[in-house]
Amino acid sequence: MIDKLQNNDRMLMTLFTLMVLAGPILLAPFGAGYPDLLQRFCIFGIFAIGFNILFGLTGYLSFGHAAFLGVGSYSAVWMFKLLTMNVIPALILAVVIAGLFSLLIGFISLRRSGIYFSILTLAFAQMSFSLAYSVLTPITNGETGLQLTLNDPRILDGANTTGSLPSTNFFGLTMNSTAKFDFLGMVLQFNVGFYFCAVMLILAFYLAMRIFRSPFGLMLKAIKTNQNRLNYTGVNTRPYTLAAFVISGMYAGLAGGLMACTDPLAGAERMQWTASGEVVLMTILGGAGTLLGPVLGAGFIKYFENIFSKINDNVLHSWFSFLPDGLEDLIVWVLHFFVGKGWHLTLGLLFMMVVIFLPGGLLQGASHIIDWIRGKKQSSSTQISNPNSMPAE
Amino acid sequence: MDAILLQILNGLDKGSAYALIALGLTLIFGTLGVVNFAHGALFMIGAFCVVTLQRILNISTVTIDPTKTDFLGNPLKVKTPYIIEWFGEGAGMAIINWSVPLAILFAIPIMLLVGYVMERGLIKHFYKRPHADQILVTFGLAIVLQEIIKAFYGANPIPTPAPEVFRGSFDFGVLIGMAENAVIYPYWRLVYFAFSALVIAGVFAFLQFTTFGMVVRAGMADRETVGLLGINIDKRFTIMFGIAACVAGLAGVMYSPINSPNYHMGMDFLVLSFVVVVVGGMGSLPGAVLAGFTLGILESFASMNQVKGFFEAIYLPSIDQIIIYLVAIVILLVRPRGLMGRAGVMED
Amino acid sequence: MSILEVQNVNKSFGGLKALQNVNLSVEEGTIHAIIGPNGAGKSTLLNCFIGKLIPDTGTVNFNGQSLLGMKAHEINQTGVSRVFQTPEIFSDLTVYENVMIPCFAKRDGSFSLNALSRVKQEIDVHEKAEQMMEDVNMADKKDMLASSLSRGDKRRLEMAMCLAQDPQLLLLDEPTAGMARADTNNTIDLLAEIQNKRHITMAVIEHDMHVVFSLAQKISVLAQGTVIVEDLPENIKGHPKVQEAYLGGAH
Repeated sequence: MIDKLQNNDRMLMTLFTLMVLAGPILLAPFGAGYPDLLQRFCIFGIFAIGFNILFGLTGYLSFGHAAFLGVGSYSAVWMFKLLTMNVIPALILAVVIAGLFSLLIGFISLRRSGIYFSILTLAFAQMSFSLAYSVLTPITNGETGLQLTLNDPRILDGANTTGSLPSTNFFGLTMNSTAKFDFLGMVLQFNVGFYFCAVMLILAFYLAMRIFRSPFGLMLKAIKTNQNRLNYTGVNTRPYTLAAFVISGMYAGLAGGLMACTDPLAGAERMQWTASGEVVLMTILGGAGTLLGPVLGAGFIKYFENIFSKINDNVLHSWFSFLPDGLEDLIVWVLHFFVGKGWHLTLGLLFMMVVIFLPGGLLQGASHIIDWIRGKKQSSSTQISNPNSMPAE
Repeated sequence: MDAILLQILNGLDKGSAYALIALGLTLIFGTLGVVNFAHGALFMIGAFCVVTLQRILNISTVTIDPTKTDFLGNPLKVKTPYIIEWFGEGAGMAIINWSVPLAILFAIPIMLLVGYVMERGLIKHFYKRPHADQILVTFGLAIVLQEIIKAFYGANPIPTPAPEVFRGSFDFGVLIGMAENAVIYPYWRLVYFAFSALVIAGVFAFLQFTTFGMVVRAGMADRETVGLLGINIDKRFTIMFGIAACVAGLAGVMYSPINSPNYHMGMDFLVLSFVVVVVGGMGSLPGAVLAGFTLGILESFASMNQVKGFFEAIYLPSIDQIIIYLVAIVILLVRPRGLMGRAGVMED
Repeated sequence: MSILEVQNVNKSFGGLKALQNVNLSVEEGTIHAIIGPNGAGKSTLLNCFIGKLIPDTGTVNFNGQSLLGMKAHEINQTGVSRVFQTPEIFSDLTVYENVMIPCFAKRDGSFSLNALSRVKQEIDVHEKAEQMMEDVNMADKKDMLASSLSRGDKRRLEMAMCLAQDPQLLLLDEPTAGMARADTNNTIDLLAEIQNKRHITMAVIEHDMHVVFSLAQKISVLAQGTVIVEDLPENIKGHPKVQEAYLGGAH
């Protein structure tokens, strides 16, 4: 049975790799095949995978994860400014700094669990946010955000003679270079930055899968289910929860670093509570505690954010132009709150809907539907054989 | 001495706001067992009740005054609020001038209604769900409420001035026999503090002296037992939620002249109020009030130049921004249950 | 040789004296029952064993080491395992995973970040877990979710988890509370079997006389916070003090 599990994992890993690498082709028909969005899929996928290790696996609901994302971004941009435009040192620094920062915050927040923990992480994130805006301006450049300038030292890169800002690169491959192909009337865009993020996502996914299947992961699941019993099994849970917190903080740092790699600037708004809320939503939407769920959730949210933000009143009018004028105006008036700049309202509503109706997330919802269809096909007298829901006797 | 007194006074208004929000949070948490992440949004809605009332009062008729012209040479359009037309110049202006205190009357039914709808429509269904779900759904609600306000009122703060008589400052120092100009304090802040004290006293008196309050206090001590007594807990929960919503809303109404209402004020105050609740001790009403005022005053002290300078010298710049969090950390490390927390509350 | 020594333990809550000069010693390799009517202080005494309460005076020594003030995991690491009144198991995990966790947990409690090793590769852990499930006759249910087990099976699982740690002392808090008669008898058989096979010392807190007299080799009777009798089961049955505590105290 365990061999089968491992084979399943291999299959999942292979499929996942293929799907991610073929992203520019698969998503082009949906209007999502352009580099900027594809990169965001990967980056937020990594962010959500990391968050899931803490929330889905260990059961600690953090509302401050955006802080680590922001810290990762700032660290990466500083590396671009001071050392080199190569992304590798920037990412290493982003992960290390985010790890240290999460070690500090985790050490304090994890003294409590449950609601206290959520509140503490939220408070810390807000504190980091307001610090980034005010006191730490020398480091964060306050409201304007941290940006590259021509005067940055960039010790390893040598003198910049072009007179324009350099772009980030991976040992000479520039992140924003894109190869375009026409294919069946669509433009397929293969972007270096996307493939770099994609490789990171695949690595991040692989690591998460190993953690899920490891004895350490089993301990984390045990913490989520029953900490009391684990204590009476002689296990001090603190190091485990702290390790989970730091790992997920480092994932967030990696995601933040990658954000800076694709677009080398960092602003405090990345650390805001709404950003922390977004990753929570991605994770629960996809299915907390599942491997694939968070990535799907991240893709789902970012895709619809992209679509909804583009819709404006003109588009709405053109959609509903077949209706009588009064009705058309009414519908457009109602809908315009939810699209364009109103995307956050839609996000909040979606958040509530998922929690109320779909606490298990999209993956569980899909399996319910499959079960339901199967159940309908079978005659009602035969029981669905599910070993997990069988009564004990 | 005068500097210390001034800082204490300055801390009182923010402390009052923290205390009022924290009080509502604790009431909801203690009776319903729900952590309401949308509580800050109630505070914000209260503040926007003032904005709405002001807009309603300023709905005007437009008449053309042929005797005057505007700068383009066209006849001058004169806006006269209906309220002035109806009540005459004097009374009408007075009503507009006093719109903030008037908004209390306006806000109470609105807040009760909002509280009722929120509890019956949403929170009720989450009593039996895990705490994480409660946090998540109220968190989503907070986003929704904030975005709705933003959609209707825009992203910029909207000034809502206090009645003219309270707009200036007065020399508080002289009143208590100090030198002149030693302690200058704005009138409205004193009004806010007095109002908060009144509301807090009202809530405590209500809990202390009514049978309803007794049941609530019993419920906070041991929810299951009260359920067994056969008391109609459901209805009381709804009322309790309405009261908490009202307290938060009124705090928002009266705070609006101090801090112009904006759509993100709810979350700003919620985070700090949570810290207040944690410091005071989850489930302890006196703890929430005590911690609210203490932290407000501490924050105000930390913004003093001398204090700031001292902390800058030991490499802690802008101590006023983070003092509350630092205090919270220290308290949690030393007294994990908060100042007045009881054992067994939220120990999970 | 006595493995658990309780000496002169006093504990009062406000004015209420819950425990008064309790002396108790549990001999190695025996099943020692602590019985008493409701409110006699059984739970308070148990909470003193496991660090939840610290007695006002007195000592609780396990193998000569004081247990007072220790945290739950530290007490467990000294070799004391605990069975709860309602079975505490990892209900979201399968039976097999439930048993594996105590097999992983090191006796010294050391933390290991074995995030990259695979559960599958820990062969000795698997062997041990399989063995434990055989021992409690649950091998056929190993892939079921723990939450879907019957009450009796949950108890079995909890026992298996405790036994996987090879404890020197097993504390049982009303192990048959709320169980159907058949489950109770099964539990008695299970405990007796474990005792025969492994000679683990057990301290049972129980008010069900049927359970106590079927299992215990020694009984301490607690009434109003003091041990009134400590003797063999056959001597307890007709003991006047015990009858008074159970019957006389009721009036």
